[in-house]
Formats: sequence, C-alpha cells, structure tokens
Amino acid sequence: MKTNLKAVLTGTHTLSGNEAFIEGAFAAGCRFLAAYPIEPAIETIERYLKRCAEVGATFIQMEDEISALAAVIGASWTGKKSMTITSGPGFSNMMEHLGLGVMLETPCVILDVQQAGLSLGIPNRAGQGDMMQARWGSHGDYEVITLAPGSPQEMFDFTIKAFNFSEKYRTPVIVISDEYIAHKKEKVVIPPAAGIKITPRRYFKGQKDKYLPFKRDKDFVPRMVDIGEGFKFHVTGLTHDDRGYPIMLEECQEYNVHPILWKIRNKVDEIIEFQETGTEDAEIVIVYYGATSEAAIKAMKQARDLGIKVGGLKLDIVWPFPDKKITELAEKVKAFVVPEINYGQIVSEVERSSYGNANVVFVSHGEKGIDNADDIVSAIKLALKEEKVKKEIIEYQSQAGRA
Amino acid sequence: MGTLKKAEKDIHPMDNLLRMDRIPHIWCPGCGIGTAVTAFAAGLAKAEIDLKKTCIVSGIGCTGRVAGYVKLDSFHTTHGRGIAFATGIQVANPDLKVIVFSGDGDLISIGGNHFIHAARRNVNMLVICVNNFIYAMTGGQVAPTTPLATYATTSPFGCVEPPFNIPYLADSSGAVYVARWTALHVRRLTNSIAEALKKPGFSVIEVISPCAMYYSRINRLGDGLDMMKFYHDNTEIRHGEDTKNLDIGFQTKIIVGKFVDRERPTYMDSYNEWLSGTKKVEK
Repeated sequence: MKTNLKAVLTGTHTLSGNEAFIEGAFAAGCRFLAAYPIEPAIETIERYLKRCAEVGATFIQMEDEISALAAVIGASWTGKKSMTITSGPGFSNMMEHLGLGVMLETPCVILDVQQAGLSLGIPNRAGQGDMMQARWGSHGDYEVITLAPGSPQEMFDFTIKAFNFSEKYRTPVIVISDEYIAHKKEKVVIPPAAGIKITPRRYFKGQKDKYLPFKRDKDFVPRMVDIGEGFKFHVTGLTHDDRGYPIMLEECQEYNVHPILWKIRNKVDEIIEFQETGTEDAEIVIVYYGATSEAAIKAMKQARDLGIKVGGLKLDIVWPFPDKKITELAEKVKAFVVPEINYGQIVSEVERSSYGNANVVFVSHGEKGIDNADDIVSAIKLALKEEKVKKEIIEYQSQAGRA
Repeated sequence: MGTLKKAEKDIHPMDNLLRMDRIPHIWCPGCGIGTAVTAFAAGLAKAEIDLKKTCIVSGIGCTGRVAGYVKLDSFHTTHGRGIAFATGIQVANPDLKVIVFSGDGDLISIGGNHFIHAARRNVNMLVICVNNFIYAMTGGQVAPTTPLATYATTSPFGCVEPPFNIPYLADSSGAVYVARWTALHVRRLTNSIAEALKKPGFSVIEVISPCAMYYSRINRLGDGLDMMKFYHDNTEIRHGEDTKNLDIGFQTKIIVGKFVDRERPTYMDSYNEWLSGTKKVEK
C-alpha cells in the first residue's frame, strides 16, 4: 500500500484514548469503519469522520452492531483494512460475527471501550467486565488476540500492533479499553510514517483458478485475495475444506477448526507481550492491565516506600494469556495481587496459572476512583499477612465492606 | 479432434457460471430454488456485466446455499446478515455489483432490519428473495411470509400471524426496483434479473417457489408440479400494480410483475457528494 502521509499525524499531540485509537488505526492503514453509535466510544467515530476525507477512508453507520461487524468482515475481503468500534452492549451483539470472522479467517479489528457492565450498566463509568467475553463470547472454539492498552499512547501503539496481528494471523483482533482511558487526555507521540512497522496483507500470488481460500501455508495461515480480482472463490461459515466448500463430517471439523486454533497457539510465545517492573526481588507481584495501570504503579511506589518488596506485571496482551510467565513467577513470589474493575475475571486465570504455588488476592478496584491506589496497597498488606498458601482466591474487602 | 468436439458438446452453457464440482445440489425434488438459480445464471449472461466485478452473498437456509453453487466471488454468511455483509463489500469497493440471494425467513425475519435499512440507504445491490412461505431447512416452521391459517410444524392449528407483503415492504422502505415472479415464470424472471443487475441502487426480486417437502406436504397441496399448475392457473401479471395490493393469502391469487422502477441517489452517490464537500480539517 502506498503511504498516505496525511494518515500519519507525525508529532506530539494531546489526545484522548479514543482519539489516539483512530490515529493508530489510520497509521496502521485502516480505511474502513462500520459502527453503531454507543457511549463511551462515540468520540472515536467523531474523530474518524473529521479525518476520513483527507485520509481517503470510508465510513458507514450501520443499523446495529450485528450488521456493523458483518459489514466490516465483508469490507475486509475487498482488500481494505477494516474495523468497528463499540462498548459492552454492542460487544455482546458482535459475538455472532466474531465467530464468523474467525471462521472465515478475516483480518479486522474490534475496539471495545468497556463501560460499567451487566446489561445496560452505567455507560459513562469505566469497567473491565468484558475481559472473559472477549475470549469466550462467541460459540464454538476459537482463539482471539486481545490487547489491553493502559494509556492514550498505548492506544496508539497497540492499535497498530492489533492491525498487524490481524493481517499476520488472518484473524479478528480485539483492542479492549475502557471509559477511563477513552476519555483521558495525555501526550501522544506519533512517529514518522517510515518509523511505523506495518504488516501488509499476505496475498495469494498463483494462478487464478488455483486459489484455495483455506489452503494453509507452513505457518497454518492461508493466503488471501480480494473480491473483484477474478478468483471466483467461495467461503462459508460452515465447517469447510481448503476450497471453502462445506463438508459436514467430523474429520473436516478437526481439519478445519484445529488449525484455526493452532495458528495462534503455536505462536503464543511470539504474540505475548507484558511489562515487568521490579519482579527480580519482589515478594508480591501486582498483575494488572488497562485502566488499573495508573493505580497499580502508584501502589507499587507507595508499598516500596513502606519497605515492601512489590513488583508489577502489566499484561499488554491479555489473550492469549501469559500463563507460563505467571507459573514461573508463582514459584518465586509469595502472592499476586490482581486489581480489576470488575468482580473477578482475569484473576481466575492468574490463580489457574499459579498452580497453588502462590496466594492470589483479588481487588475489585474503582470504588474510590480509578486512579486511587489505597485499596491495592491495603490488599498488598493483606497478602503479606497470609502465611500459608490458601486454596482459593482471597478477596480484599474494603473498609466499607460488601454485602 | 473427435474427442475435443465431444468435450465441447458436453459443456453446458451455464457451466462457467456454476460450480459444477458441487453438483448435485442439496435441494429436494419439486423445489423452485434450482429454477431461480437457473434464471439467475441466465440473467447474468444476458445482462453482460463484468462477472469479475460481481459477487454473491447468501445467508442461511435452503436458499442460503445458493452462493455456494454460483461461480462468482461468493460468501455464505450468518443467518439474516447477508445484506449487512454485502453492504460492507459494496461501500468498501463501490465498483462491485453485489447480489444477495436468500430466502424469506433469512431476509425478512431475522434479517428484516438489515433489509429495510439497506433499502432506505439505497445501497447498490440486487436482493433475490426466494419465498416458499416456510422455514424449510429446519423442517417447516412458520415464516414471516406464511399466509394466515396455513399449517406449519409450529402452527398446527393454522398460522395466526398476518404475513409480510415483501414488495410492499421493499417499496415503502425505498427500494428502486421491485418485482415478483414465481418459479413458473422463468423467462420473465430472467429478464427481470438482467434488468435489475444493471439498475444502480437497491433492487428486490421476490421469487415465489414451491416447497414440496414441507409447505405442500403439510398443507396437502400435492407435489412441485401441482404447485406449478397452481401458479399457472392463479397468477396474474399486473405491471405497475400498487404494492399495497400484493398480499398473498392461503392458495389465493398471486399478482406478479414489475411494480417499482424509479431513480434515487444511491448511498455511495450521496456519500461521495458529502465527502467532496468536506473541508479539510486543520491539524
């Protein structure tokens, strides 16, 4: 693809997380957005519309989130890098086509700006209640790469990574942020276009009548073609063979679904990214992601000031989960403290991966504000007191207590 | 030379439009979907459009399998979402002509919302809706087109819901071309498809089709041929008829013809106009 200089706003800007996402998408080469308006994701669409004319990108506001993701998958097959934007209730609607996107092995990016959830929840309060939905929301078995940025700068950087992953592995990729990061304005540095690494779509280069849409390369990832090039290919959401023809047999289920899972599972070590701080000597490690990053870093400092050896593990990529890293740390540390703005989701993955070698303390964060670290510091103290390894997740109860 | 001639003779004129490696198809004897596909292939040839720039999308159901048999860039998608999927394709690459070929349950029930909104936007696509008055692939349940008092597996005492009149729904939602034919009217259906393929904007062609396996069997209407005889005796061609008058009751007269043919700016026309008028935003 030719580099469109207007697409990359090189320089230093003050951007909200939502705005930084759009800049990241344009820089990554995204040129199609289909979306349905929802808070707290709405500024993304506004930013996109402000810039799409000069970038040469297309937008359509669809009738619902179901059709938004359907349109994105269709658009991606025309050769345009495509994405959709939503929040919790819309994310639920999208689960149908998340499955279709994985089955048709179509590159696309979904942004879920999480709100305080369960049904309609509170549209303008941050939450992290969609973490498990991102992983398990669609029916059937699938693997999905999910990135969890923790600041506007990371929104920009991770969005480019998300598009690159989606092209490299021919799969939908989720960027999961939340209301706090979406509306937080911070300095965002956008590098020159030449300094941004873009993974181009990997096209089939053979004869037109020889193209098989699901014929796998050595890395299990099939090559793509665009609609309108004369390949006359067929793809289906039913279990299919290399030609994309439906085959209703058990053997084909294995032949079809196994590589869709393993093209990701085989590359887990390449995909996983995290940031470690002070884990070398740590007794307690805070495992955090997304909006809790700010509070977790504060808590780390406060605890270190109190003389407690605390380290941090920030999950840049939540799915696939870095279980090996957690297992390795569990053997050295006394406990993990996991703050989440929900009632316990990623914490169960931490507990699973620690195999009973370390305590796991869960903090339902956010009661006193997303950037308030008091509850995490108290949870660290609680974790220190516990001598034996408990065979359950310890839930930190705030002073106010819960029912 | 002799063998070459024989090979040439063996090639059916529609072989280049159908995926012959997928034949035999799944449809039952007496079904009208095969006829609709034949008319579609003939319409494609007749319209002389660039097949390279033509693609087809289907949803789920008996008619949902059509995309898999047509030799174009073809997509078999989720239930009812064919139009939404096709909207993405068309808007992302306006050079493409997209055909959505699906059934009444798929397009009008679960996909009803996408149907009316694509018509309202006037997205450039041709929707061919095969209407057999029933959900056939799942075994004969009530559809949004099942006439009142008709039996289905989920209406053992007769359907209690009034059905949708598809041409009226398409017309009132903003479609620029609306026609209805039956599986008997092959030549007229072919001409209609060829005409609609060249028409920019949202076109809808309803194809009334026999379902010998479920609709006819449950309602004791005989086999496919009996239904064809019924169409022969009980259809009336009324071009330009007001779409309000096109309701279909149980075994009542079916009015067919071309009802709507008008001009309206397509979604991409309006979008490009908006885009060209946009002032460049200062950084």
